[in-house]
Amino acid sequence: MAEETKAPTATAGGESRPERSDRPDRSGPRGPRPGGPGGAREGGRKFFRRKKVCKFCVEKIESVNYKDVRLLAQFVAESGKITPRRLTGVCTPHQRRLSRAIKQARNIALLPFAGRAQ
Amino acid sequence: MNRKYELMFIVRPDMVDEELNKLISTLESSVTSAGGSVKSEIWGKRRLAYKVAKFNDGIFVLLMIEAAGAVVHEVERRLRVSEPVIKFLTVRTDEELKRQEKIKKIRDSKKKVSAQPAAAPVTPATPEAPAEAPAPAQV
Repeated sequence: MAEETKAPTATAGGESRPERSDRPDRSGPRGPRPGGPGGAREGGRKFFRRKKVCKFCVEKIESVNYKDVRLLAQFVAESGKITPRRLTGVCTPHQRRLSRAIKQARNIALLPFAGRAQ
Repeated sequence: MNRKYELMFIVRPDMVDEELNKLISTLESSVTSAGGSVKSEIWGKRRLAYKVAKFNDGIFVLLMIEAAGAVVHEVERRLRVSEPVIKFLTVRTDEELKRQEKIKKIRDSKKKVSAQPAAAPVTPATPEAPAEAPAPAQV
């Protein structure tokens, strides 16, 4: 990912050059995005934000069930939307299970589709 | 070929206890007569997150069924037809339970390896391995 900003070397050059030509269209006048997770728009920080850990991995919660509303409600915003993974720090497999459980809970009226979760 | 299901349904809040029990027992009997097992839990009255059939509360009931698919299909049909039931959700739990057991087995086997005092010298990278090295020498 750091190869985008450096000058293309002999072997990597062939691959990164076509990417480079596509990039300027997307990011506009700002130039190629530094490949860090988040923080790319906040004052051009190139470092990692403090590493968020996945709550499920740390506490070794085995099952994410649609029935534990209190656990699920932590990952749902005020508006009822599911908070994205980059804000909560959840790892991908757990986020997928979590999202599935939240949708099941919404279907059985344990969580709202829109509006405040009680 | 019995599969495990969890069926949660919501009953209208103005329902009497005995009628609720009657409803549950009819559903249970329809499962057991078709050769399955069922366990039921009544969660009680809870506030719903949104209005369902013009109600703001509902009585939640959870059924844990172990039966073939057609049996559950029949139960769902009955729930759809019955008037006091306002919502239901069926979840198949075989894979989830299998996965949890697998995780538990792995965790238990890891614990056993570290808990044994006479640990075999080929213990994998458990952090207790270096601490155990002096112990077998003394025992």
